[in-house]
Amino acid sequence: MSRRYDSRTTIFSPEGRLYQVEYAMEAIGNAGTAIGILSKDGVVLVGEKKVTSKLLQTSTSTEKMYKIDDHVSCAVAGIMSDANILINTARVQAQRYTFAYQEPMPVEQLVQSLCDTKQGYTQFGGLRPFGVSFLFAGWDKNFGFQLYMSDPSGNYGGWKAAAIGANNQAAQSMLKQDYKDDISREEAVELALKVLSKTMDSTSLTSDKLELAEVFLLPSGNVKYQVCSPESLSKQLVKLGMTQPAAEAS
Amino acid sequence: MECVFGLVGNGFSIVVADTSAVHSILVHKSNEDKIMVLDSHKLIAASGEPGDRVQFTEYIQKNVALYQFRNGIPLTTAAAANFTRGELATALRKNPYSVNILLAGYDKETGPSLYYVDYIATLHKVDKGAFGYGSYFSLSMMDRHYHSGMSVEEAIDLVDKCILEIRSRLVVAPPNFVIKIVDKDGAREYAWRESVKDGVATLA
Repeated sequence: MSRRYDSRTTIFSPEGRLYQVEYAMEAIGNAGTAIGILSKDGVVLVGEKKVTSKLLQTSTSTEKMYKIDDHVSCAVAGIMSDANILINTARVQAQRYTFAYQEPMPVEQLVQSLCDTKQGYTQFGGLRPFGVSFLFAGWDKNFGFQLYMSDPSGNYGGWKAAAIGANNQAAQSMLKQDYKDDISREEAVELALKVLSKTMDSTSLTSDKLELAEVFLLPSGNVKYQVCSPESLSKQLVKLGMTQPAAEAS
Repeated sequence: MECVFGLVGNGFSIVVADTSAVHSILVHKSNEDKIMVLDSHKLIAASGEPGDRVQFTEYIQKNVALYQFRNGIPLTTAAAANFTRGELATALRKNPYSVNILLAGYDKETGPSLYYVDYIATLHKVDKGAFGYGSYFSLSMMDRHYHSGMSVEEAIDLVDKCILEIRSRLVVAPPNFVIKIVDKDGAREYAWRESVKDGVATLA
């Protein structure tokens, strides 16, 4: 019976719901977790790599983190093929803005323009919505460091700490408990890794299941997007006692 | 004939424009304001084809206002200047506007600034700039007397020197000028320099 409303992405059900949009959000619940934390001197993004096969040859060092512009990057949860389309439009938007104004695009404007695209598919004809949630980390001269979370409906909001993907509710409540307002970037990394380690299914964290990226200001005042190398990530995990040192390498 | 010029001082920018509306050899009015207040801290002085001038400056003004409504933050002067240049450059290969623009503004981070944009979409950030026949004289005067960090009094003094030179050396000198200023307190009219009172008809 409910099929009548299910098949139409842009039609409300009698209870006032858009099923396809809700299903899209459901799909994201199966994707690898990504956590973002805003600190006073930067923004931290960590992500869980879901598929790790020794045979898989990846072209990039990250599969969940993408640089949108010099001052904005994002973490993805959901259908990667959908995400690639949106990431491309985000990059185009950012460059169009710089072309018009010769200034970096304010972070919220970038998020908003992308969410306008997402929203379009919940209202206009016959196509399914994007099955992607994003965490945007960025810096601009008006509002400093910012973290945004967006979902398939095109909703977005600014957050101090946010989680998307599998177990995002558990992660979210842990973040709520442990987040402090004057947290430093180092502490934010620690907190993000801690929360991720508890919400992930696997028992011990290893660097090949993880991605860590940071957005912060260099002493020169320029914005830096830095992806943590697997080696230093391993060291960090050992230091935090979340994994055993690689002694069993024989 | 048209005289538009401007300069940057210590904490402020000043733009000056003649106020003559001329067609062929006829003067239609001598109190036409050619300096538009773009937003709270920006001035746009334009010279060129009168229709294009009004159309284009209003178009820019409305777009700057729309940006502010949409995004809750104002454009910086640099961004507005680059946007203006972009619009001129796009129009240039389709249906070009014949307007030359001096854009003055004040930003919290960067202080006062002045941008020179001509009708073929050249953009320069300048300390002093001028358009029209009056530029031959005002540029020379400013080359001689301008220095960085001028006070408002010094700047107005220099503006008056320029106007005097235009009036005494230019055959087709316009009678009246308007002076506008932009500083941390915003963009506003500063003064008029009139040698002919409003309206040729009222003299009769």
